[in-house]
Amino acid sequence: MTMALEAPVAARLNTPKGGLATIAELLPRIIFAIYMILFFTYLFLPLAVMTAATFNTSKFPTVTPWLGTTLQWFEALWADQAMWKALRLSVLIGICVIAIALPIGTAAALFLTSLEGRARTFFYAVMVSPLLTPGVAIGIATLILWRQAGVGGGLWLIILAQSSFIAAYVMLMVIARLQRFDRTLEEAAIGLGASRWMVFRRILLPYLKPSLLAAMLIAFLQSFENYNTTLFVRGTETPLTVFIATKVRTGLTPAVNALGLILIVLTIVAAVALELSKRSRAAKPA
Amino acid sequence: MASLTARFGPGLGGTILLLVGLWLIGMVLAPNLMMLDFSLRPNLMPNQIGTDADRYTLANFIALFSDSVHRAIFFKTVWASALVTLTTLVVTYPLAFWLAKIATPRGMALALVALIIPFWINEVLRTLAWYILLAFNGPLNAVLLGLGIIAEPVRWFGDFGVLAGMVYAYILFMLFPIYNSISTLETAQIEAARNLGASTVRIHRRIVIPHAKAGIATGCVFTFMLAAGSYVAPALLGSPGSRWFTEIIYNWFFEGGNWNRGAAYALVLLVLCMLVVLAALRVFRVNLADVAK
Repeated sequence: MTMALEAPVAARLNTPKGGLATIAELLPRIIFAIYMILFFTYLFLPLAVMTAATFNTSKFPTVTPWLGTTLQWFEALWADQAMWKALRLSVLIGICVIAIALPIGTAAALFLTSLEGRARTFFYAVMVSPLLTPGVAIGIATLILWRQAGVGGGLWLIILAQSSFIAAYVMLMVIARLQRFDRTLEEAAIGLGASRWMVFRRILLPYLKPSLLAAMLIAFLQSFENYNTTLFVRGTETPLTVFIATKVRTGLTPAVNALGLILIVLTIVAAVALELSKRSRAAKPA
Repeated sequence: MASLTARFGPGLGGTILLLVGLWLIGMVLAPNLMMLDFSLRPNLMPNQIGTDADRYTLANFIALFSDSVHRAIFFKTVWASALVTLTTLVVTYPLAFWLAKIATPRGMALALVALIIPFWINEVLRTLAWYILLAFNGPLNAVLLGLGIIAEPVRWFGDFGVLAGMVYAYILFMLFPIYNSISTLETAQIEAARNLGASTVRIHRRIVIPHAKAGIATGCVFTFMLAAGSYVAPALLGSPGSRWFTEIIYNWFFEGGNWNRGAAYALVLLVLCMLVVLAALRVFRVNLADVAK
């Protein structure tokens, strides 16, 4: 077996590398380099155009023709009361979704770990299913159910409909950490006379804290950027995503680009902050 | 169930059960059952509810497949979503492989940041960026005209716009699962195959792709589901000729005023996505626990 492996290796290593072989070796690299350039152009071209259009005087967001550089669209955005209202609403919805989805998702993760075999597989599938359901269907199902109870679309239904699938994200994030939890810690605490509640509050919750914080962030972002589900249950409410989509029909100005640009900058700041805090935590001795 | 109360005590164990019950029954099962019930009833005036006319019927489903326009839009949504999925797979696979096996730690960190930035701004804004870029009087036409590549401005909105915008929106849903599954492959296996004389194509076909099949299945399932259920991209980047099934559903609810028919259409979309999930699980021989990682 070793002989069979070694022979071609040796043969390959001994091959003299002529000019032709080098081109043959270079070609895949060149193709890959072109692919990477195209990929990242595709990724950033729309963002670059959107960003640049923010500073163009043109009333419709574009970069061709360039009518003059301006910051007026940031002022227009700042003065847009409807935008502020939509933003406040989106933040409120996000906070409420965290308040509902975090306990539910955590409970679901704990529930799953207490199951085994087929029951576990079954409940896992049921809990994951909202993630594999199109958002429009989630919104429609929620809308129909609550109409029977006399509740129409609005803030309450947006929160409920979003939480129904965001809880599944929380469940997945919590269970990923829960799987590495050392149960003997709980048994030791019980043996030392701690109550069940005490064990939960003082051992399990602190252990889960990093994943709970990450789940809160993901839950908020998922809620904040949701459009498909919200569209059906919003009633007359206008969260930020709906506000932006409506603008396209009712009169798009680069003020919306300014909003996009601010969100991009916030994203970069948050991503860098997250990365730095990870590094500083990793640097600290455990 | 017994182990739940044994571990957490009756109070906490009961709370956990209550929360899970509220979620699965109240927020997942009940809405979907009510949607099913709704889809099987005719659209009636309030005073007709409970009368003889109020009985179960398949009329709403039959209507979808007997209306030639709606039927065509449904099937077009299915194959266009499949096309979006395939395109996204082809576009992201080389990068996923590069990230997992070739990139230096520094190159990888840089690429990940570059990938995450467009992803963190929401789908509506991402689509809006394409809307600006592809506009008839927009920059893409201006540049192509200026370079002399095209003689007249092109109407990008329509099938092309929807495809470009959707692939863009779902890149990461495809990339990360594939990246995750490729990174668990031993690099030594690839080197061994190469040393034994296998070509690059053969290495991917026989080693990398079989190893990454769970990730590929996950990416494809998510991308298909998101594409078929997308509303923003077709609404903004489409044309009257590229209407999407979700737009028809929306119209039944908020313009046609026939919620029962809308519910039936939404249910068909839901069943389609579930069938795709089951088919992917079967074809790639993976289970749901791998998919939802």
